Amino acid sequence: MATTEPTTTAPEAAATDVALDVRGLQKTYGGQGRSVEAIRELSFSVPRGQLTCIVGPSGAGKTTLLRCIAGLLDVTAGEIVLDGERVTGPPRGMAVVFQEYGRSLFPWMTVQQNVERPLIERRVPKAERRRVVADALAAVGLGDSGEAHPWQLSGGMQQRVAIARAVAYEPTVLIMDEPFAAVDAQTRADLEDLVRDLWHRLGVTVLFVTHDIDESVYLGQRVLVLSNRPTVLLEDVTVDLPDERDQLGTRGTHRFAELRGHVYELIQRAKAGHRPEDDAGPAS
Amino acid sequence: MTATTTDVPAPRRRVPLPSGDGALGVLGLLTVAAVVEVLPRTGLVNPGYLPPTSEILRALGGVLADADFWRLLGLTLRGWAAGLAVAMALGVALGLLIGSFRVLREVTASTIEFLRPIPSVALIPLVVLVFGSRPPSALVLVVYAATWQVLVQVLYGVADVDPVARDTARSYRFSFLSTGWNVVWPTALPYVVTGFRLAAAVALILEVTAELVIGVPGLGQAIGVAQSSGAVPETYALVIAVGLVGVLVNVLARVLERRVLRWHPSVRREAS
Repeated sequence: MATTEPTTTAPEAAATDVALDVRGLQKTYGGQGRSVEAIRELSFSVPRGQLTCIVGPSGAGKTTLLRCIAGLLDVTAGEIVLDGERVTGPPRGMAVVFQEYGRSLFPWMTVQQNVERPLIERRVPKAERRRVVADALAAVGLGDSGEAHPWQLSGGMQQRVAIARAVAYEPTVLIMDEPFAAVDAQTRADLEDLVRDLWHRLGVTVLFVTHDIDESVYLGQRVLVLSNRPTVLLEDVTVDLPDERDQLGTRGTHRFAELRGHVYELIQRAKAGHRPEDDAGPAS
Repeated sequence: MTATTTDVPAPRRRVPLPSGDGALGVLGLLTVAAVVEVLPRTGLVNPGYLPPTSEILRALGGVLADADFWRLLGLTLRGWAAGLAVAMALGVALGLLIGSFRVLREVTASTIEFLRPIPSVALIPLVVLVFGSRPPSALVLVVYAATWQVLVQVLYGVADVDPVARDTARSYRFSFLSTGWNVVWPTALPYVVTGFRLAAAVALILEVTAELVIGVPGLGQAIGVAQSSGAVPETYALVIAVGLVGVLVNVLARVLERRVLRWHPSVRREAS
């Protein structure tokens, strides 16, 4: 949370420090007699405090990548390093916001209990827990919905609860897996701005997976474009839009259109089966 | 009450049984009563086998006024409750344990599939040999029959944990016990309640069967005595009394279900 920020991050180191490092990641699903190569080779690092978006055509192994990073899936080769430590299981410094908020929130708990539960697991003292939960709920605009059950809220509000839960956990890296794919366009715009806002205020590192090209350019400082399966990195696009973004202004700029067009073209080529090794030397 | 030995998993979205129109329900009951009143009187059915409703009700009045009936009812209910409690404890504990470990599931699956279809009644000779006509005989039968109902439901319940909920628990590093208590148990709870409802019915059936067939003291035994002494109206009256107990048991289970599962889609109403 904002109040504890100075103790957790050294601002002067933020620019160069690496929060998350993915090195030579490979993932092959093994089955009886046949195996499916999902990720061929992926290497990238995310500097502390950066908001990185990952886009790719559907079936590009985005979810596989994310589950590997989150420690929910074993990697076949390579390693994932968070805060200098190799990820072997779900690490303490990561919080995941899943696409299926309705299934990720526990319906038998109230909103407050949902957000509080991970902190109880971490043995955060009760008084501090209450404060952190209240702050997190207020930060997502749900300060007065703590006593409600998730299913009494709209889809957008439920995803806000999931975000509050992730934020309250005070992760180094916040991972979001197509979090707004299931909400309507208007709610989606609000939630995108919420993510930008939280990212600014909390200085957290965000890894945002989406299939929406506009969303990736609007949100990110950088967009990693993935190829189709077996996945490799197609291009690492730097989003040089001004830091202050708003739904109308930013999306109306010439530069936004250019970046959007560029990523769009990459995705189209990825869909057509284009791979980096086709035009240049081998990727790895 | 019907002997529901089905083990269909509790469906996610339960269609509420037509509790229907109270007035129509009463009308149906009255129709049955009228038919039973008329059939023996017109001689279509031998009154010696089926006495008219009025006579059965008179006998029921007599039975209910008898202190002995209440004592026997107490014995039946005690046997039922004890058996049900043991079955619930066993079924839930075993179900959670087996359901939580793949190895245990695979090791026990064939054994469970073999033992489950054995009708409890087939064990009567065995329990008579061991316990005679004392209450433990009934207890063994009740526990055997009811435990499967609970166990199978709990196994379905544990298997029903949403993969996303499980991933959520894992990524927030819930401990094993905490995942059990905060994720698995609430998911399994609707199934546990269904198991309870099924087990409560089966337990009553087996308790009365044990009393009737083996002679364990209780209402079942009273039915047997009434029948063998040719008191036909009293026999029917006792059967109706046992039926009413069954209805009460079911109502109780339903009330419990509503209370425990306020958050569940089958119960909640105010969901958007």
